[in-house]
Amino acid sequence: MAAISLLKVRDLSRHYGGLAAVSNVSLDVAKGEVRAIIGPNGAGKTTLVGMICGRTTPSSGRIEFKGQDITGAKSWNRVLLGIVYTFQVASIYRNLTCYENVALAAQRREINVVMAQEKVVSAAVLKALGRVGLLSDCHRLAGVLSHGHQRLLELAMALALEPELLVLDEPTQGLAPSEIAAFCDLVREVAQTATVLLIEHNLQVVLELAGRITVMDQGTVLAEGSPEDIERHPAVRRAYLGQ
Amino acid sequence: MRSFALHAGIVLALFALQFVLPAYHHVNAARIMVYAMLAIGYNILLGYTGLMSLGHAMFFAAGAYGAGLAVHWLDFGPIAAFATGSGSGLALSLLAGLFLVRTTGVAFLIVTLMLSQAFFLSILYFNGITLGEQGIVLSNTAAVEAFGLRFHLSDPALKYNLALLAFALSLFVSLWLVRSPLGRVLIAIRENEPRTRMLGYNTFAYRYLAITMSGTIAGLSGALYCLLFSYVGASFASLQYSTLPLLWALLGGAGTIVGPLIGTGLMFYLIDISSGVTSSYLLVVGAALLVLTLWFPKGIAGAVRSRWLPWLP
Repeated sequence: MAAISLLKVRDLSRHYGGLAAVSNVSLDVAKGEVRAIIGPNGAGKTTLVGMICGRTTPSSGRIEFKGQDITGAKSWNRVLLGIVYTFQVASIYRNLTCYENVALAAQRREINVVMAQEKVVSAAVLKALGRVGLLSDCHRLAGVLSHGHQRLLELAMALALEPELLVLDEPTQGLAPSEIAAFCDLVREVAQTATVLLIEHNLQVVLELAGRITVMDQGTVLAEGSPEDIERHPAVRRAYLGQ
Repeated sequence: MRSFALHAGIVLALFALQFVLPAYHHVNAARIMVYAMLAIGYNILLGYTGLMSLGHAMFFAAGAYGAGLAVHWLDFGPIAAFATGSGSGLALSLLAGLFLVRTTGVAFLIVTLMLSQAFFLSILYFNGITLGEQGIVLSNTAAVEAFGLRFHLSDPALKYNLALLAFALSLFVSLWLVRSPLGRVLIAIRENEPRTRMLGYNTFAYRYLAITMSGTIAGLSGALYCLLFSYVGASFASLQYSTLPLLWALLGGAGTIVGPLIGTGLMFYLIDISSGVTSSYLLVVGAALLVLTLWFPKGIAGAVRSRWLPWLP
């Protein structure tokens, strides 16, 4: 691998009692790539990215980001380093306006949150909402948006944090086909400035977006390669594509 | 801007009120403003951070005893005593916060209750110093020297305006807070704390800050109450003084800036008037609270906000 790896995961495991949700997973994600992680339900995808983002504590193993060991770092500090997670189920502040939702993310980029200038924050909010096309919903409550728009709002919050590594956990779940196409365009655009780690069930989306694909099954990495390799891989076809 | 104007208008109205109120209500108004500070401090936690405390009596009492003991045993002047009282409130907030920050929800409520009861019982236990239930009546807070003039704290006009000054400061501090980036984070913690962590905020630190600010304002209110009304007793640390700010904030509207003042004033006069009519005045208070929770679950200012003034902070 010639490119510098942004994220380096070594022998990462997470056990729940006797159950190994993730066991001995190693992963390298290069700067600027779009990496998809696929696998059947319960393969350990969400647990794996949970450990990368700091939501889940690993049982053993090591995580490096930009050459820095972040295995024990708190989730909020990882956000400041540039690892941004978007939730599997849209997790937004339903009782606050879209503006306030994104402002919370935008003001976090300021060095001193308490002294953050509203002018600067406001500009960042409008930029992020504009990128996902929610500018006209700026002052509506987030809870009244449609499901698809809530997912876009979630993405806007992630963008306002200016991620270096954007983790998208099943972003197209529950979206209409037309929305999925627009979402893919958006992810391609984001990928020009950020590295994307994508967990996705929709294979079409994965094949369209990902530069490399990691296949997981029962907590381990089954295969890794380009979309063409993965499509041809016999074990993958058996375990995941059901052929 | 209009919210600043509204709150400045309220302070001006309170200033003007002292010239028209009869003596009895004049003193009541001063008392209400000091109590309203306690409610404002309380509301920072309940209304904006989403933490319900049942222990604010300890912060109020820490302020009141800090000031009262300093005057009684150490012959401090009013200004030094006020500083001691406020410092006590701050110190207790910082200390209690270390424990409280580990809890949220019902656990938070129970831990505040337990710490506050421990504080109350300590006051009774050390009755050689605190004079226990009987409390301390301050007799020598007579005069403050400032600008070459002598002021008497027993002077009703001075009492009223000091209460107003402190109240106005608390009001504007809380107004600034909830409109600042910091207040935005507190509200986010109230709405969804796990999400707020994933936006890069150390929510423990922010909750600790909120507990400290809330407790310190409650302590300021206690210190001022003791000095203006010349008394501090163990009842200040009792459960009643923890439930009162909760009721004031709920009645006026938790999560609004004017709510605590409205709630404190209404409840004060509700008790005042009903206790003149019947000895079972708590029944009247209870009935009023029932009506409130059934028809105005967001409190008075909260109902006004959702019906007419969506911009009300």
